Amino acid sequence: MIDQYVQALSTYANDIDNLILLIGVLVGFWFVLCELLFFYFIIRFRAKDGQRAEYITGEEKSHKRWISYPHMLVLVCDVFIVFFAIKVWYDVKQQLPEPYETVRIVGQQWAWSFVHPGADHQLGTADDIKTVDELHIEVGKVYHFNLESRDVLHSFSVPVFRLKQDAVPGRVITGWFEANGTGTYDIQCAEICGIGHALMPARIIIESPERHAAWVAEQGPITLAAAKQP
Amino acid sequence: MAESIPADATHGHHDHHHTEPSFWSKYVFSTDHKMIAMQYMFTGMAMGLIGAFMAYAFRMQLAFPGISVPGYGTVNPGNYNALITNHGAIMIFWVAMPVLIAAFGNYLIPLMVGCDDMVFPKINRLSYQIFLLSAVVLIISLFVPGGGFGGAWTAYPPLSAKAEYSLTGAGSSIWLVAVALEFVAFLLGGINFVTTAMNSRAPGMKIFDIPIVVWTIVVASILFMASVGPLIAGAVMLFMDQRIGTAFFDPVKGGDPILWQHLFWFFGHPEVYVVLLPAMGITADIMCVFSRKKMFAYKTFLYTIFATGVLSFTVWAHHQFVAGIDPRMANIFTVTTLLISIPIAEMCFIYIATLYGGSIRLTTPMLWALAFVAEFLIGGVTGIFLGASGADIYFHDTYFVLAHFHYTFFPIAIIGTFAGFTYWFPKMFGKMMNETLGKIHFWGTIIPFNCIFIPLFMLGAAGQNRRLYSFQHYPELAGQGMQDLRIFATVSLLVMLAFQLVFFYNCFISWKKKQKDAGPNPWKANTLEWSAESPPPHGNWPELPTVYRGPYEYSVPGREEDYFPQNVPG
Repeated sequence: MIDQYVQALSTYANDIDNLILLIGVLVGFWFVLCELLFFYFIIRFRAKDGQRAEYITGEEKSHKRWISYPHMLVLVCDVFIVFFAIKVWYDVKQQLPEPYETVRIVGQQWAWSFVHPGADHQLGTADDIKTVDELHIEVGKVYHFNLESRDVLHSFSVPVFRLKQDAVPGRVITGWFEANGTGTYDIQCAEICGIGHALMPARIIIESPERHAAWVAEQGPITLAAAKQP
Repeated sequence: MAESIPADATHGHHDHHHTEPSFWSKYVFSTDHKMIAMQYMFTGMAMGLIGAFMAYAFRMQLAFPGISVPGYGTVNPGNYNALITNHGAIMIFWVAMPVLIAAFGNYLIPLMVGCDDMVFPKINRLSYQIFLLSAVVLIISLFVPGGGFGGAWTAYPPLSAKAEYSLTGAGSSIWLVAVALEFVAFLLGGINFVTTAMNSRAPGMKIFDIPIVVWTIVVASILFMASVGPLIAGAVMLFMDQRIGTAFFDPVKGGDPILWQHLFWFFGHPEVYVVLLPAMGITADIMCVFSRKKMFAYKTFLYTIFATGVLSFTVWAHHQFVAGIDPRMANIFTVTTLLISIPIAEMCFIYIATLYGGSIRLTTPMLWALAFVAEFLIGGVTGIFLGASGADIYFHDTYFVLAHFHYTFFPIAIIGTFAGFTYWFPKMFGKMMNETLGKIHFWGTIIPFNCIFIPLFMLGAAGQNRRLYSFQHYPELAGQGMQDLRIFATVSLLVMLAFQLVFFYNCFISWKKKQKDAGPNPWKANTLEWSAESPPPHGNWPELPTVYRGPYEYSVPGREEDYFPQNVPG
């Protein structure tokens, strides 16, 4: 349903799309049934000369079951939806798989800055690569992100991953993703953050292992060379 | 009401004032529940026009970025944020609440339970005066240096707490004062509604003889009064953060911004039901009258109202799934949120069942009532996507959410209001409205409404986030296909706004006596207000009515007429 509009490029994107499809089918059934009955009754029971309405209290058991049985069936549908919603939620937000690397993401008015761990795959070392509004990752690897904010609330949203997480000042929020396709896509801010809210576009660049290694290498020497200069 | 003045004496008092130049005491400082209802109704409608103008201004910017909007000018990002913030706040706090609860509650409760006025008429008057003050304060907040508050109607700190972040220091504080004043007004009103409905019923009116619309307003008032406390506390804390440097929500000094979200949504979600329930009650009453049917399973409907009310206190954190709360909490709130679909679905089934076997006349009020059910269903089912935590990760804060809650709030605040207004207009003004103009207005509102918001569902599914004043910086949102949808929505809005002129013209010519006199009971309805004159005088009845049966005894077998008013013995 959603991948008609936006590509699905993370390992859990399809699960979220399928959950949306499941909900769509279940509530769509009830929606269509209710609207059809509703409009059928409006047409069928239009006032006619000399014909009175029926007197139905709806309090007898034989009448009430017309609303109580559907209500039980709605409950069954709800149980299905809850089960799959929690399953998807657990995989995306609660159970974080072991990371290949961790990146640091900082939102501020009005830019995203990213700290990549660099060649040693460790954050907080000298070869960390800092970028603004550009996140470089490798396809097929599990990444953790540590999300922070310097000022107000922001929300780190990557539509192709179906991922969204608010950044809250004073907290470091950890999440994960694993891309399963390459390319360059939007990172959007999804929480109003002041007059520049529409000016926080960043890009996520998902690269093949070779390209990513080359990018890391490109960044390394420049930084080192800059440091060596007197 | 034991302490009330005899109705005849009240009537004489009223006539006496008529001859005197007493404009102030009749229209401004009146304690008559019907006059206060009219004050709320017309203040609410005037605020609705302001809110609609704001929607027009920012929709024009979204469809045609950078143009100088006729009647407004260029919408810069600061203006845009102030427009969306105040559009949301106005439509909920200054339109839906005053019209659905205060105006209909004030007008209908004494007339429907059969008493001469509210239990506390002076508190009632005070309630409106504070409400009017809050509206004035809100409008002032738009014109202070820095401009109106632009932190969204949810006012999440730290953006709302610090002037250096929002750039609207004065605007955000004055906005907060306006919202707090509005809450005070509705606390005062709510006390009146509950007390009057419970204590001042006409002799013979038992608890299950109360019309559903009165029940819904009473339950809504209780929900409001029970949920607003935390938010008033929150508003005071936020005001102190803004003005005297406390740090309730400032993480740098040990506060927590997410605390505000809990306080806000603990109120904010019941608030949805506060405005939903009266609209559902209005709809239920109108559907019974124009299908000539007894309400299907009245008691079950009543219990679903109570169940909805109780459950509405347990779902607030579904607004915060991805806000940084403990992810385990989302599981609990997914369960409670989906549970609330049960009573709401049951209400919809009862509406449908009530139509079965009816004798349906599609008058203008009935069209509005039916449209409420048909459209609200869309709002209801799309809510399931958002209540299911896993799916909400994608949909949160997209236009899907926006379209969803407009499919609930538009049926509530606009369709429900028009349903009630056109239905009770003959009672309020003693004249029938023009049916042809009423139907033109109905179709001219309903069709464009769907044309506005269905494209927004599609934009939301395509990942378009809310509250962006321009999409040109996001490559995935900047395509021409998406822009075409935005233009279509905006043009539909313009069409819908143009058709509202038909409504005002219809009110005007109907009120100016071009239409026939309504008489006391033009719709042949059962409830007590239709036994009073149209419009009812001060004191409502020369002698208070006695109630003999429930409100929905239509088409009773063995009776010549197909209605059986509550106050007719036999």
